[in-house]
Amino acid sequence: MSSATLCDIPVTLERGQREVFCGLTGIVWLHRKMQDAFFLVVGSRTCAHLLQSAAGVMIFSEPRFATAIMQEKDLAGMADANDELDRIVERLLSRRPDIKTLFLVGSCPSEVIKLDLGRAAQRLSVAYNGQVRVLSYSGSGIETTFTEGEDTCLETMVRAAPQTDEQQLLVVGTLPDVVEDQLERLLDACGITEAAGKLAFFPPRRAETIPAIGPKTRFLLAQPFLNATRRALIGQGAVHIPALFPFGVEGTSAWLHSAARAFDVRKERVDTACAAPVARARKALEHYRHTLQGKTLWFMPDSQLEIPLARFLASECGMQLLEIGVPYLDQQTLSVELPALPENSGIVEGQDVDKQLERLHQATPDLVVCGLGLANPLEAQGVTSKWSIELVFSPIHGFEQVGDLAELFARPLQRKLKLAV
Amino acid sequence: MELALWTYEGPPHVGAMRIATSMRDVHYVIHAPQGDTYADLLFTMIERSQRRPPVTYTTFQARDLGGDTAGLVKTTVQDAYDRFKPAAMMVGESCTAELIQDQPGSLAQGMDLPVPVVPLELPAYSKKENWGASESFYYLVRHILANAPADQIASRPDPADASGRRPLANVLGPTSLGFRCRDDVIEIRKLLNLVGVDVNVVAPLEATTADLLQIPAADFNICLCPEIANTTCKWLKRTFSQPVVATVPIGVGATLDFVREIQEITGIDASAALDAELSRLPWYSRSVDSTYLTGKRLFIFGDGSHVVAAARIAREELAFEVVGIGTFSREMARDVRAAAEALELEALITDDYLDVEEAIANAQPELVLGTQMERHIAKRLGIPCAVISAPVHVQDFPARYSPQVGFEGANVIFDTWVHPLTMGLEEHLLHMFRDDFEFNDQAAPSHLHAGEGAAASEAPAPTTADNPDANSPASWTPDAEQELRKIPFFVRGKARRNTEAYARDAGHPNITIETLYEAKAHYAR
Ligand code: SF4
Ligand code: SF4
Repeated sequence: MSSATLCDIPVTLERGQREVFCGLTGIVWLHRKMQDAFFLVVGSRTCAHLLQSAAGVMIFSEPRFATAIMQEKDLAGMADANDELDRIVERLLSRRPDIKTLFLVGSCPSEVIKLDLGRAAQRLSVAYNGQVRVLSYSGSGIETTFTEGEDTCLETMVRAAPQTDEQQLLVVGTLPDVVEDQLERLLDACGITEAAGKLAFFPPRRAETIPAIGPKTRFLLAQPFLNATRRALIGQGAVHIPALFPFGVEGTSAWLHSAARAFDVRKERVDTACAAPVARARKALEHYRHTLQGKTLWFMPDSQLEIPLARFLASECGMQLLEIGVPYLDQQTLSVELPALPENSGIVEGQDVDKQLERLHQATPDLVVCGLGLANPLEAQGVTSKWSIELVFSPIHGFEQVGDLAELFARPLQRKLKLAV
Repeated sequence: MELALWTYEGPPHVGAMRIATSMRDVHYVIHAPQGDTYADLLFTMIERSQRRPPVTYTTFQARDLGGDTAGLVKTTVQDAYDRFKPAAMMVGESCTAELIQDQPGSLAQGMDLPVPVVPLELPAYSKKENWGASESFYYLVRHILANAPADQIASRPDPADASGRRPLANVLGPTSLGFRCRDDVIEIRKLLNLVGVDVNVVAPLEATTADLLQIPAADFNICLCPEIANTTCKWLKRTFSQPVVATVPIGVGATLDFVREIQEITGIDASAALDAELSRLPWYSRSVDSTYLTGKRLFIFGDGSHVVAAARIAREELAFEVVGIGTFSREMARDVRAAAEALELEALITDDYLDVEEAIANAQPELVLGTQMERHIAKRLGIPCAVISAPVHVQDFPARYSPQVGFEGANVIFDTWVHPLTMGLEEHLLHMFRDDFEFNDQAAPSHLHAGEGAAASEAPAPTTADNPDANSPASWTPDAEQELRKIPFFVRGKARRNTEAYARDAGHPNITIETLYEAKAHYAR
């Protein structure tokens, strides 16, 4: 373990066994968001199994994702693998004429054998000229961790975006449609949309219509794990508006205020537009505050939402942070979040799961946020847990979700109080 | 490459994890990237395991690849040994590590750990989960028995002086994440006790490495889950001359056969178990209410052993008509083909979910027996379904006791299969009151409560049984179509199918009301 210091917050680096999904997992929410896109993982049976295990019970029998499972014979020669891929894509697209964008998603096996999916995507895009756009990104576990798969996907989409000289505000990060609509209404009401000229969300609801990007594009991140996407946007000339992430009353207000400042919108206008939703959110939060107040909290490194959520739970819910595990840390993306954490927050970057669990048991937190593999074993040892995967599937951004977000953490604690068995 | 939407089986190292997790004191180190740790949730979430699987992953990353990944394996093995102090270790790799060829098994064997180290080589690009479990169990048992000093291995008492001693049996195959294995172990113990046989070792579920050394003490082996234990049982037979009871005691008939097989091998008198009717299934099936089960069309799909058992129960014990049968398991294809042949059917051997869905839609069954995948298919098609085989979801690890094997298992099966069907009096009432609004087509059987009923009525039109088949040659006149809709929905599919077949054979291009009733008379039994 080594240490580094960042905004006066000590960050401990840890290496060892990681217990976290790979970036393929992002497909589970990305395919719901972009309903005209299909995600084809080029990988192994393990990849297919991971996807279906992470997706849980699927009630639709033909989802818009699949795995091209490599076989012994594909590993023999490269030409072979590309022909096979073409054949699979053809079968897929003939079944699903509704698909307008196909993502080829790289996995550990495809990367280790150096199967060039970028070139395959170009070749296939030409072959399906006009009908289907084929893009590629990596979701492999050797390159990406959990939500980082969304980052690499959006990065690819940024690179595929058309150019524009129009002034606009781009909100970047996959959000449930309902949250997107709420944020859009807020940005309108604050006068930000008007000042920006145009507002677009990224990724779009249809992958076919990737918003154009250019030097007059300014963007707000809605998700804290979009590091490569942020860099790619800057590479296209767009300008990042650093801000707190829109979690909690403070986060959402600050996020809107940052945008307002960027477009010279008067602060008072934002305050007026937010007054009613802020009051609602505070009221909703009050229901859970007493449950969360003073409770100790531990994050296992997982969704990469840990830091903004820790900030929200500490500053708005009164929770006490014991350890904030993060799979990796990008100080630029989190430049506004990190200083907003309580001074003594212990951040641990990377993971050695067994050592971390040892520390956890010594610290006896009231609540642990962790992945699905760890939750029940912790509960069996009397440690109350909250699955982090719910945080990426549930609407938790914005004022109207502040109560729901707090409730996600309060529920396991309240349940523990209620149970007499 | 093979296109997969859903997969019935995981990769082979997940099979090895099931063996390690079943055992009490074995630790498994897998050379694998971080994402592969997802497999822990299969145990902790689906099976609600209270402990983490005894598995450590090296979680190598791209930046490690140019460097010393072999060194990483060794450190991980050493750390895992030091931390968990297992009685034996299994060391292997997943698909990605197979490509970088560090040979973690041999590396670990060269480390002089004070416990047995079982190297696992499970080709991830050609094999799957059940094969991986079977091989891992076999390697483990063989490694422990072949490498222990002779005085630590239990030996078999001389069968000659067995006087007064009850025969001893090993029960091999029950495994973590197996279908109802937890309860089957309890039930098989009860059954064996009744028959007069003592249980020596149950493995791998809840066994220790020391237990494995006791395996040779048994008079015979029971291969309870052939998918997992067949290879091991064969080796034990060769090595220790232990006979194998191969009948899987699922269903009344198979349970009786199982007892007879034990009787033959051991020479004990098992009439107590054979003569008393110890399951309620036979009487429930003979009782008048069950008349309505006669000829219900059944589609069966799953692993090998549960499918073969289900086919026999369906035909002999419930008088259903099996209209489709298959398995995703290539290793069990031969057994399932044989079962299919006996039913004059062609077995569907595939792990392509879409093929299974198509076969079910075409067969238009009234009940589907399958895995969680078939549950989804059936839901979509609006057909009742019962789950009989892994892979399953969390709801198929019920809190209540619900074995599949033995006499109690037969009771559980009767309830589980019959419950989803529209039954007895209720079916009569539906028929009598079919014109009343409550009994319209959208009303699902009342026992398909809220969720399931809703799903059934929302099922997409093109594939439900009562919709025109896209490739049906004869076309229905509006009158006939109207008349068809008056037939209760649960037999309408059959009526449509029969009428169309009749029209095709008779060369009628159009189906009129006449054709409908001609067909009805033709098919009347
Ligand atoms: S970690 Fe790699 S091999 Fe494992 S599921 Fe993810 S992409 Fe596939
Ligand atoms: S509604 Fe309930 S009680 Fe009536 S037949 Fe169906 S399952 Fe049996």
